Amino acid sequence: MKDSILRSILAEYPKDRAYLIDILVRVQEGDGHISDQSVQALAEYFCISPLDVKETISFYHFLHQQPTGKHIIYVADTVIARMNGYDAVLAALEQETGCALEETSADGLFSLFETACIGLSDQEPAILIDMIPFTQLTPAKVKSVIAEIRNGKTAEQITNPQGIDKTSLGYIENLVKSNIQECGPVFFSNKIKTEQILGEVCSRSPDDVISELTNSQLRGRGGAGFMTGLKWDICRRAEGEEKVIICNADEGEPGTFKDRVLLTKAPEQVILGMLIASYSVGATEGILYLRYEYNYLHCYLENILSDMRTQNLLGKNILGKKGFDFDIRVHLGAGAYICGDESALIESCEGKRGTPRVKPPFPVQKGYKGKPTIVNNVETFANVGRISEKGVKFYLSLGTANSSGTRLISVSGDVRQPGIYEIEWGITLDEVLEKVGAVDPKAVQISGPSGECVSAKLDGKRVFSYQDLSCNGSLMVFNSQRDILDIVRHYMQFFVNESCGICVPCRVGNVELLKKIQLFVDGKAVENDIEEIISWSKIVRSGSRCGLGTTSPKSIMQTIDRFPEIYRSKTAKQEGPLLRSFSLDEALEGYEKAKRELMPN
Amino acid sequence: MSGHHANQANVIFSHDLPKTALDDETLKLREDKIKVAMIGLCGCWGCTLSFLDMDERLLTLLEKVTITRSSITDVKLIPERCTIGFVEGGVANDHDIEVLEHYRENCDILISVGACAVWGGVPAMRNQVSLTECLDEAYVSSVTRPKDQKPVIPHIEVPSITTKVYPAHEVVKMDYFIPGCPPDGDAIFKVLDDLVNGREVDLPTSMNRYD
Ligand SMILES: Cc1cc2nc3c(=O)[nH]c(=O)nc-3n(C[C@H](O)[C@H](O)[C@H](O)COP(=O)(O)O)c2cc1C
Ligand code: SF4
Repeated sequence: MKDSILRSILAEYPKDRAYLIDILVRVQEGDGHISDQSVQALAEYFCISPLDVKETISFYHFLHQQPTGKHIIYVADTVIARMNGYDAVLAALEQETGCALEETSADGLFSLFETACIGLSDQEPAILIDMIPFTQLTPAKVKSVIAEIRNGKTAEQITNPQGIDKTSLGYIENLVKSNIQECGPVFFSNKIKTEQILGEVCSRSPDDVISELTNSQLRGRGGAGFMTGLKWDICRRAEGEEKVIICNADEGEPGTFKDRVLLTKAPEQVILGMLIASYSVGATEGILYLRYEYNYLHCYLENILSDMRTQNLLGKNILGKKGFDFDIRVHLGAGAYICGDESALIESCEGKRGTPRVKPPFPVQKGYKGKPTIVNNVETFANVGRISEKGVKFYLSLGTANSSGTRLISVSGDVRQPGIYEIEWGITLDEVLEKVGAVDPKAVQISGPSGECVSAKLDGKRVFSYQDLSCNGSLMVFNSQRDILDIVRHYMQFFVNESCGICVPCRVGNVELLKKIQLFVDGKAVENDIEEIISWSKIVRSGSRCGLGTTSPKSIMQTIDRFPEIYRSKTAKQEGPLLRSFSLDEALEGYEKAKRELMPN
Repeated sequence: MSGHHANQANVIFSHDLPKTALDDETLKLREDKIKVAMIGLCGCWGCTLSFLDMDERLLTLLEKVTITRSSITDVKLIPERCTIGFVEGGVANDHDIEVLEHYRENCDILISVGACAVWGGVPAMRNQVSLTECLDEAYVSSVTRPKDQKPVIPHIEVPSITTKVYPAHEVVKMDYFIPGCPPDGDAIFKVLDDLVNGREVDLPTSMNRYD
């Protein structure tokens, strides 16, 4: 990158390493990769070593150190895409662009990469071309899109021929569908009156606001289900002059897309939640951590933030209340599922690799730059806004005694109406399957690969609640024709790709588990492999630092429990001393090949 | 042993060498003991040295076990069925495969001892490059190769190297694992002592922690 261009990018940000990833994303967008020369320049500018910059780059899927083609295409490789014609779409992409996966075409026009779920499971197969989404693809559609690009059009021009303003809702709804199938009392039903509600909140003491939240029994919607009121209370009491509010919009769990829809249809409600948090704990700094896969929401969100600044809903002395200062910046991710973990996310916000921290201390004690930090999910913040509007009684009237309120689920797979549903806690699996129009359901993956795989037959009466199925928002339905083993294999591959690698049990154990599941897929497994899977799973789950490793073996373990017949049908008896999985031919062919190549005569 | 070298008439194996018969008294003493066979595949014998680090506890063990084969004599075949096979080293050539197969067929219990047996160890570093590249570096492009001679990849009377180095349990089923490079004598003693005394094998973390 030309020095002058880099300088002008750098000038847009404070001189603080925390902005490194935002800057790297800009360099990536400008050059198609981050050259050694740019690495050197950034290292000098931030007074860090070039290796420090490189290790940060190498962590994120969307940052490249090698030159790429003029247009970068990411294909979302998900189990749902694979059920909807992924193979044909990928073949068409390879054919039309003239490059295979992980390659750049000879004419330098395209680079093709696979990526994990991009939050569009209800409209797959989907791809990103220069970060612009193209959904519900077919080989014919691929052909025409690539032809248009060859004719000189940009992805932006193809998807937005009328030139709709990028900061408008119309722009986003033109790109991707929101697919809200059922809205309830908390989300999407009516637009929240931000100013009015914030005004009311400010008339009460922060302690009152927090105790109201505690009484509402709201629990975090990001996965762990921690009591939100308690989290805020700890943060309020934590020592530290400056406090930080972070909204976790990393939404990396395959099959989840409700945060995308919330940020599309009700961003003010989410921001209101952040504002209430800031008022409650006395935080001045806010960060919206937006996964780069949702980059097309960036301008739209920036515009809303800027409008709110104009209305004095963000900035200094908010709503005229002296000392109520709070502002929010959007921090882009750069492709890493693990950055959804709150402590990894904080590392990433500080401009580093997203390696989860050892806890304690927890973020509420020492988070972003060592300051007490609240990290909440997008949906959690959206709930807070509605609770403040309608009160605790209203909220407690929804759901069950121990799981109050409603939650959004992102539904995909073998269902007639994929999309977003607002369900009340307490509903059974059978009822949900009926609601979404499940077709011949056999297995249901609840909460994505890190969640629960249940059987439609055996678990139909189970209840969505924090005591039973504490769904994190993803629900994928698989009919009786689907290859469950292959789905589990795909999930394990996901964890292998996404492990940050800091702990050995997760880094190595998931690879072992993947190899094991592959043995079943290939029909080479023996009885002993089940036992070994179980002991590996125990090691990975008990010896890992963060939630990725403590959950990654769940889909294997649960399918062994729920669908033992599938594993049994793929298990053979071990005969003779050499394992069925050991290939003598493969073991010996390398030497023969080497001899042929090195001693041709 | 059937296999790679079987048809090479002019090769003498260690197990073909003449043996001196044991006297009846010694044979009788060994009769009721638990038989243990030890083998070193692709490794450095460090685990066998650790085995000797059991020191005087070895004598206690030897009251209950007899060692029918050990890496020290380098005889690869097991003379009679054994209860325990002690396997050091990973699998790096076709002969290792044959020997390990033979151990699996002739031992009730196999123990993978040390990093090489457990995951391939130092020899498995070659798995990062192709075997062709490895052999090229060693025998063709090597700076010490006499340049006036044609490059030769050893292929006569030596085992063929496997495409990659395997841990023992990827080739045959292994029953127990003692990690470490090498494991301490204490760890080896604990596992053998548990087995010999019919206890469930329990290797405490304190014995295989190295950080
Ligand atoms: C591997 C991993 C990925 C995660 N991904 C997300 C995510 O994408 N979005 C999210 O809100 N929480 C995610 N979490 C949970 C967060 O660590 C954290 O618990 C959550 O953001 C807290 O907010 P809440 O209390 O509102 O749920 C993830 C956790 C782990 C271990
Ligand atoms: S469990 Fe896995 S992802 Fe989590 S910190 Fe350890 S290596 Fe990283």
